[in-house]
Amino acid sequence: MSTETATRMTQRTPAATRSSQKFNDHSRPAMAFLAPFVALYVLFIIGPAIYGLVMSFFDTSLVKPGLSSFAGLENYAEALQSTDFWSSLWHTIWFTILTTPPLIVLGFVLALLADRVGRGRWFFRLAFFAPFILPSAVIALIWIWIYTPGLGLLETAMKSIGLGAPDWLGDASWAMPSLAISTVWWTLGFNFILYLAGLQDIPSELYEAAAIDGAGPWQQIRSITIPLLARTTTLVAVLQVIASLKVFDQMYIMTAGGPNFSTRSVLEYIYDEGFTNFRVGYASALSMLFFVVVLAVSAVWFAIVRSQESEV
Amino acid sequence: MNLPLSSYQGSGQGPTRRTFLKSGLAMVGVSLGGAALAGCSSDNVASGLTISRKDPSSVDYWNLFGGGDGVRMQEMQDGYRKTHPSVGLSAVTLAWGNPYYTKLSLATLGDKPPDVAVAHLTRAKTMIASNLLEELTPDALATVGITPDKLSRRAWDAGLVDGKAYTVPLDTHPIVTFYNTDICEKAGLLDSDGKLKPLTSEAAFMEAMAKGKAVSKAYGGVSPINNETATPWRVFQSLYSQLGGEVLSDGGRKVVIDDDKAIKVLTLLDSLRKKKLFPSSVDYEGSIAMFANGQSAFLFQGEWEISTFQTAKTAFSMAPFPNVYGGAKYACQADSHTLCIPKQPTRDDKAFEQSLGFIRSLLDQSSTWAAGGHVPAWLPYANSPAFKKLSPQSDYAVAADGAVYDPDGWYSGSGSDFEIITGSAIGSVQSGQQTPEAALAQMRGKLEKLAGTASPI
Repeated sequence: MSTETATRMTQRTPAATRSSQKFNDHSRPAMAFLAPFVALYVLFIIGPAIYGLVMSFFDTSLVKPGLSSFAGLENYAEALQSTDFWSSLWHTIWFTILTTPPLIVLGFVLALLADRVGRGRWFFRLAFFAPFILPSAVIALIWIWIYTPGLGLLETAMKSIGLGAPDWLGDASWAMPSLAISTVWWTLGFNFILYLAGLQDIPSELYEAAAIDGAGPWQQIRSITIPLLARTTTLVAVLQVIASLKVFDQMYIMTAGGPNFSTRSVLEYIYDEGFTNFRVGYASALSMLFFVVVLAVSAVWFAIVRSQESEV
Repeated sequence: MNLPLSSYQGSGQGPTRRTFLKSGLAMVGVSLGGAALAGCSSDNVASGLTISRKDPSSVDYWNLFGGGDGVRMQEMQDGYRKTHPSVGLSAVTLAWGNPYYTKLSLATLGDKPPDVAVAHLTRAKTMIASNLLEELTPDALATVGITPDKLSRRAWDAGLVDGKAYTVPLDTHPIVTFYNTDICEKAGLLDSDGKLKPLTSEAAFMEAMAKGKAVSKAYGGVSPINNETATPWRVFQSLYSQLGGEVLSDGGRKVVIDDDKAIKVLTLLDSLRKKKLFPSSVDYEGSIAMFANGQSAFLFQGEWEISTFQTAKTAFSMAPFPNVYGGAKYACQADSHTLCIPKQPTRDDKAFEQSLGFIRSLLDQSSTWAAGGHVPAWLPYANSPAFKKLSPQSDYAVAADGAVYDPDGWYSGSGSDFEIITGSAIGSVQSGQQTPEAALAQMRGKLEKLAGTASPI
C-alpha cells in the first residue's frame, strides 16, 4: 500500500508541474481565441450597459442627440413612485411564479418517462423538444388561434365535453395563466433535455443494486434519481427563474400587455417608456432597477437551492 | 470568419498584442458586415455603414406599408421610375409603428435620412417638434405644382404647425362603417338604392344593431378589443368628438376630458356589450373573420380593410362612421399618411426639388392609392368623375371632411402611448371589466401623469 502511494506521489509531482507549464504556454493562444468574444462582449454588452447606467442619470431622449440635461436621481425617484412600474414588476414576478414550478416538475417527469421508453425514444425527445426550436412569433400565433374566443381550438374542445371555457386572453384574470400555459409548452423542451442528459449520467448499476435490494420503481426515483439529479435541478431552476423574469415576446405579441395592462411585463413597460415615449433616460433607470431585482432574485434562489442541495 | 484565425496559425509563439487586436477588430467587422447583409441588403444600410454619401441623382424613399398598401405603393414607385428613368429610386419598406418612427428619427439625427419619407400626420408632429423635418414653403411646393387648394382642406390644415407646412398629405384614413349588404337588406336597413340608411341618433344606432343581430343570429356589430388599443380609441374618439369633446389641450400639457360626454359614450359602448349587440371578447383578426362570415352585420374599422373583404368576396359595402351624436357637425377619428422631407445638412436645391418631384408623382398616382380604400387628399383626383365612380370608396369619402386627428402632444398620435392608455381603458368597458366611471378615472390618471412629464422632444 505505502509503496504504491509513494510511487503515485512521485509520479504526480512532475505531472503537476507539466500541467502548470502547459497552462502558461497556452494562456496566450487561449486569450487570442477568446478575444473575438471578449471584443463583442465589451462592444455590445458591457459598453451599452455602462452607457445605460450613465443615461439613467440624465433626461436622455431617443429623438435628441446627446445625453440632455442632468437629472440626478429623479428618474429613479419617479420609477419608485410609479404604480405602472410596480404593477408591471408584479406581472413579471407573477408570470415567473406561474411558469417556474411546472417547467421544472414537468421537465423532470417527461424526461423520466422518455428515458424509460424502450422503442422510439427519439420520437419523444423530438416531440418534447421541437416547440423550443420555434421562434416566439410562431408560438404566439399558434396560441392566439388556440385561445380565440368563439372559434378557437381550446374553446371548441372544452364545449364538446360539456365544459364552459373562460375568455383566455380577453379576461384580465385569465390572460396571465393563459400566457403561462403557452410558455410552458414552448420552453419545456430545454429543461427536458437538461434532465434527460442528467438521467443518462446516473449509472444503471445503482438501479440494479436497488432492485436486487427490493426497491420499487417509486423508491428508486425518490432515493436515487432525485438526489443524483440535484445539481441538474439547481441549474434548471436558476436558468428557469432568469428566463421567466426576462419575459417579453409572448406578451408583446399575444396581448400587447392587455387586457387593460394586466399582462404588461416590466420589460414591456421599459420598452413603452423608451421607444414609444422616447424617454430613454427614464427607461434606463427602470432597466437598472430591474437589473437589481433580477440579481437579487437570482441570488436568493441560488442560495435556497444550494442549501437544499447540501442537505441532501 | 477563417481570416483572423488563419492569420496567426503559423506564428508558433501565438499572436502578438497587435495581431490579437487586429483579429478582434476584423471579427467585429466581419460580423457587423454579415449582420447587415443578412438583415437588409439595401443601399441605405450599406452607405450608413461605410459612411459614403449617396448618389446625388437618386431619391431614397422610406415607407411603412405592408400588405395591400405595400403592393400598391410599389406600383406607384414603378410609375415614378417609368416617368423619371434618369433618377434612381431606392425605396425601403420598414416595419409599421413605433420602430419605424424610431428609425426615421435616429437616421435623421445621424445625418443619414432618406430624401422622402412617409409619416402619419399625427406622428410627423413629433418629428416637427424635434426639428427633424424640412419646412415646405409655398414657393418650394409651387415649383412642382402643389398648392394648398389642390389638397384636402382638413388634412392640409391639420398638418400645419404655427401656420407652416412640413408635410404633404397623401390621403385621409378615417374609421368607417362596413356593413353586410345581405344582412342589412333583410333587416330593412338599406334604402331604395341599396345603401345604408344613415344612423343619426343613439336610438337609430341601437335599433340598427338590434335588427342586424336578429338577422345575423350572432351580433349586430363588432370592433376588436383584445390585444388591441387603437380601435377602441378610434370608436370612442369618433363618438366623443361628435359630442364636441376634447381630450388634451395646450399641446398635451393639459387633460381636458369632459366627464359627462365621456361617460355618455362609454355608457353607450357598455350597453352594446350588455345587450350582446357587440361581442365583449374578440381580437382584430377575429373581428374581421366575424364580419366576413356574416356573424355580424356591421364592422367598425379603418377603411384599409376594404381589400380583405373584396378578396373574401363578402357581400359588403361601406359608409362613414355613424353620425350618432354630431347632428350638423359630423366627426370621426382619422389620420393621414403624409410625405415629408427629413432634414439633411448636405442637401442641395436640386436634390430638394427632385424630392418634391417624387412627392408630386405619388400624388398624381392617387387613383392607385385610392384602390386600397384611403380617401385621396389630392383634389384633382378626388373631385374627378373617375373617383366618383369608384365604389364604395366614394360613398365614405365625405368622412374625410369630418376627420378628427389625435390631439397634439409629445405622447400622442397613431400607435402612441396616448392611444394605448385611452384604448386600454375604453376596451376594459367594452369587455365588461370596468364600469365607465372607473375606466374614465384610470384614463384621466394616466394621462395626467404624462401631461405633467417634461417633454423628451
